Amino acid sequence: MLSHDTVAALALVILFLPLASFTVQIFSWKRLPRQGDWLPTSTMAVCLALAVALFANMQAAHDPAFRVAASTTWFRVAGVPAISMGLVVDNLTCVMLLVVTLVSFLVHLFSTGYMHGDPRYGRYFAFLSLFSFSMLGIVLSDNLMALYIFWELVGLSSYLLIGFWFEKDSAAQACKKAFLTTRVGDVGMFLGIMILYLNLGTFNLAEIFHRLPEAGAWATTEFLGLPLLTWAGIGLFCGAIGKSAQFPLHVWLPDAMEGPTPVSALIHAATMVAAGVYLTARICPLLTPAALTFVAVIGLTTAFLAATIALVQNDIKKVLAYSTISQLGYMIMALGLGGYGAGLMHLTTHAMFKACLFLGSGSVIHALHSQDLREMGGLRRKLPLTFATFLIATLAIAGIWPFSGFFSKDAVLAQTLASFLEHRDWHLVFPVVGFLVAAMTAFYMFRLVFLAFTGSPRDAHKHDHAHESPPAMAAPLMVLATLSFGFWYLGWFEHLIASPATALPEALRAAQDLSAGAAQALHEHAHHLAVLLSSIVAVSGIALAFLFYVLMPELPGRVVGAFPTVHRFLSDKWRFDDLYRHVPVMLTLHVSALCARFDRAVDWVVNAFGAAAKTLSVWAGVLDRDLVDAAVNGIAERVKELARTARSFQTGQLQTYATFLALGALALVILQVALTDSSFELPHLLQGWSLSEGLNLVWRP
Amino acid sequence: MILALHPTLIVSAALFSLGLYTVLSRRNAVAVLMGVELILNSANLQFAAFSRFTTGKLDGQVFALFVIVLAAAEAAVALAIILAIHHNARSIQVDDADRLRDDV
Amino acid sequence: MADTLYLAFLLLILASAAIVAFSQHIVRSAFALLLTFFGVAGAYVFLFADFLAGTQLLIYVGGILVLILFAVMLTNRISDIRLSSESRGKGRAAFVSLLAFSGIVVSELCIPWPHKPLPDQPTTAGLGEALLSDYLLPFEAISILLLVVMVGAAVIARRDWRRPDA
Repeated sequence: MLSHDTVAALALVILFLPLASFTVQIFSWKRLPRQGDWLPTSTMAVCLALAVALFANMQAAHDPAFRVAASTTWFRVAGVPAISMGLVVDNLTCVMLLVVTLVSFLVHLFSTGYMHGDPRYGRYFAFLSLFSFSMLGIVLSDNLMALYIFWELVGLSSYLLIGFWFEKDSAAQACKKAFLTTRVGDVGMFLGIMILYLNLGTFNLAEIFHRLPEAGAWATTEFLGLPLLTWAGIGLFCGAIGKSAQFPLHVWLPDAMEGPTPVSALIHAATMVAAGVYLTARICPLLTPAALTFVAVIGLTTAFLAATIALVQNDIKKVLAYSTISQLGYMIMALGLGGYGAGLMHLTTHAMFKACLFLGSGSVIHALHSQDLREMGGLRRKLPLTFATFLIATLAIAGIWPFSGFFSKDAVLAQTLASFLEHRDWHLVFPVVGFLVAAMTAFYMFRLVFLAFTGSPRDAHKHDHAHESPPAMAAPLMVLATLSFGFWYLGWFEHLIASPATALPEALRAAQDLSAGAAQALHEHAHHLAVLLSSIVAVSGIALAFLFYVLMPELPGRVVGAFPTVHRFLSDKWRFDDLYRHVPVMLTLHVSALCARFDRAVDWVVNAFGAAAKTLSVWAGVLDRDLVDAAVNGIAERVKELARTARSFQTGQLQTYATFLALGALALVILQVALTDSSFELPHLLQGWSLSEGLNLVWRP
Repeated sequence: MILALHPTLIVSAALFSLGLYTVLSRRNAVAVLMGVELILNSANLQFAAFSRFTTGKLDGQVFALFVIVLAAAEAAVALAIILAIHHNARSIQVDDADRLRDDV
Repeated sequence: MADTLYLAFLLLILASAAIVAFSQHIVRSAFALLLTFFGVAGAYVFLFADFLAGTQLLIYVGGILVLILFAVMLTNRISDIRLSSESRGKGRAAFVSLLAFSGIVVSELCIPWPHKPLPDQPTTAGLGEALLSDYLLPFEAISILLLVVMVGAAVIARRDWRRPDA
């Protein structure tokens, strides 16, 4: 029995080791031997060991109310309650930690074989570490703020890993699509978080549940016909719709298959997509009946939608992707119908067998260098180990006893029956569609098995070159196949992972029209019925697949020929991608085109100002040159001319100077005579003239 | 009455203007010198005339004496200069001695 | 009688001065100058300036004119005498000289000169006395001047005229 401090410490180590390995790996993978693949793998092995220790501790304690919490204040802002960061470890956390670290470690191991020779091999492992850190953060967070941060980090890791082979245009588009689609869901999640924070003043989930029952009028305030608390619940669930690829945000998951297959196994089967289910489970106490119904309906729709599309897929990974979406729908539906334990059990079992299926398909792809079912066939002889593990996992997902899927799916279907038996109204749709989807699941999964592994090879060339996987890839397959048996999960799961008490205020609680005892009996009845029905349904699905793909191989072609429109509709994935492209995407592009046009108009105005300024300055320059400069230069020129004129007197000629001398002397003499001698007497010849002062010649007769 | 002041003065004025004309218009440096001698002679004539007709004293003649001496001295120096220029430039055209000309 | 002779001398002066001014031949100008000097000397005699007349002939004719003739001979080739006497800017010179002539004539005619004749007697003694009494200073100054002129003229006219540092 570990002490609470030890548990918290172990949890912290499990959380931060992958971060450390990411930091080292991302900066120095080129310098490390084998590009450092051993570093994240061994780190993950350590984390797995610690998670096993915690899991064992949980089993030993065997206490449904086991809970360790540790937190610290992150920052304080004046006038606002302090934001804190912390972790919480309870039974569900221990299970999730084990699932995440186990699948992550196995994927690391598998990748050393699968990704061998890739040019960015080292960086791949760094991203795997980053993802592991982010996912563990989601699992361990005790408050919505930290959860949101890790939520986004997980989205980033997914983006990086889906677009790992970014040279491929399809991969680059796919990672963008994944990020943007989940982002849409995250907006709703953020709104939900904010509704709770602004009204309750805390992000901490435990605190929220504590304060919610005496919440006050805000919770019941109606907004567009629903209480605000319902909106908060739906908002938070929107994040799950995005992350867990529920209808209508499911479109990114099939495209995410562009990433390497181990990535698909880790992120898009076992862990990241399960984060939405995990979140929904954690917020169960604050979901109002209306919100829960919304959750259940979304889950059901998704399960049905994805199963129909999976029927007609030819790419092995796409089949598995739609299968994942469908199973996630099951989990969400279960949670919405109140089957807390059922949904989470299915999450756990699904993580194991889905990861096994994806890694198995990775083994096939690695052997054949092809993902197309139409090029496969008869692989059971060439890849016997892969075939065995794949078959086990497929039997699990089909829900056949004694595999894990039987028990978890049975729990889910029992829940649907129980809800119908309790309400006896439109709730019928849950069991009906639920069993139908189970049948379809069995059918298309065995279609996959029969097409790939049985019969004769459809592409002889590829078939000849196929070979079984190396040990690094085979070992994880075996481990996961072993974990696909049911006995691992019996006896403790339903006891330890107990449904939490509701935290809803009195006014919003569901009317309890059945006593506790009656509900229990009803549940038992439903359980027995579900066991029977699910077995029938699963076996019929397998039999139908056997008919279509082994006994009468021409039958699929005839059926498709009989219903061409339906087939095309399903092949086009119910035309969701087209719808999304035409409505939101086109709208955004048109708006941005308008904005661009507006921006060009703004540019035109700015440029016009610039041109006007330029013209003004040109005029000013002209003015300056022709007016001012001309005046200044003109003055200078006049002075120069004056000087030239003055200089022209200096001829250097003796006689010029002599002339001026003579003239000057004469002038002086005459002046002297005229000015000083005023009493002149002219000879009689010149009488009449007189030279007076100032040289005025006046005729005086 | 020719032997009187006014005619003498008129002649001396004419002599002066002829000398001035010679100075200003002749290209040969020696000719210019000759013009200068004419001017000096006209001045001397006037001095002598005034001394004879208006003052009754010999002051005018003393001045004329001095003028003659100075004329001689000046002629000597002038001719020395002309000869020096002739040695250097092989020409005694006054037009050619224009090194102090300010080029426009 | 005296009048006529005086008139003759005056006309001699004018004519020879005209030749000096207008002649193209430098040698002719030189000899005309000689005649002008003679004329002036003659005029001096009638103006009771006998010593002055002698001095005129001695210095002007015997000294200055000879000097001028030497200079003419030294600086001209006989062959291109004509060219070297061409004149320029005659109009300007004529204008100025006519202006000078009229200016002098008009101004001296308008001034009421006093009338005080000189006694008719030899002037040598009187000049000698004046030079050593009233005009002693100019006399001494001129002596020095003559010395300086002699040295200067000799220096300037050196044949090997070279710069001191060359």
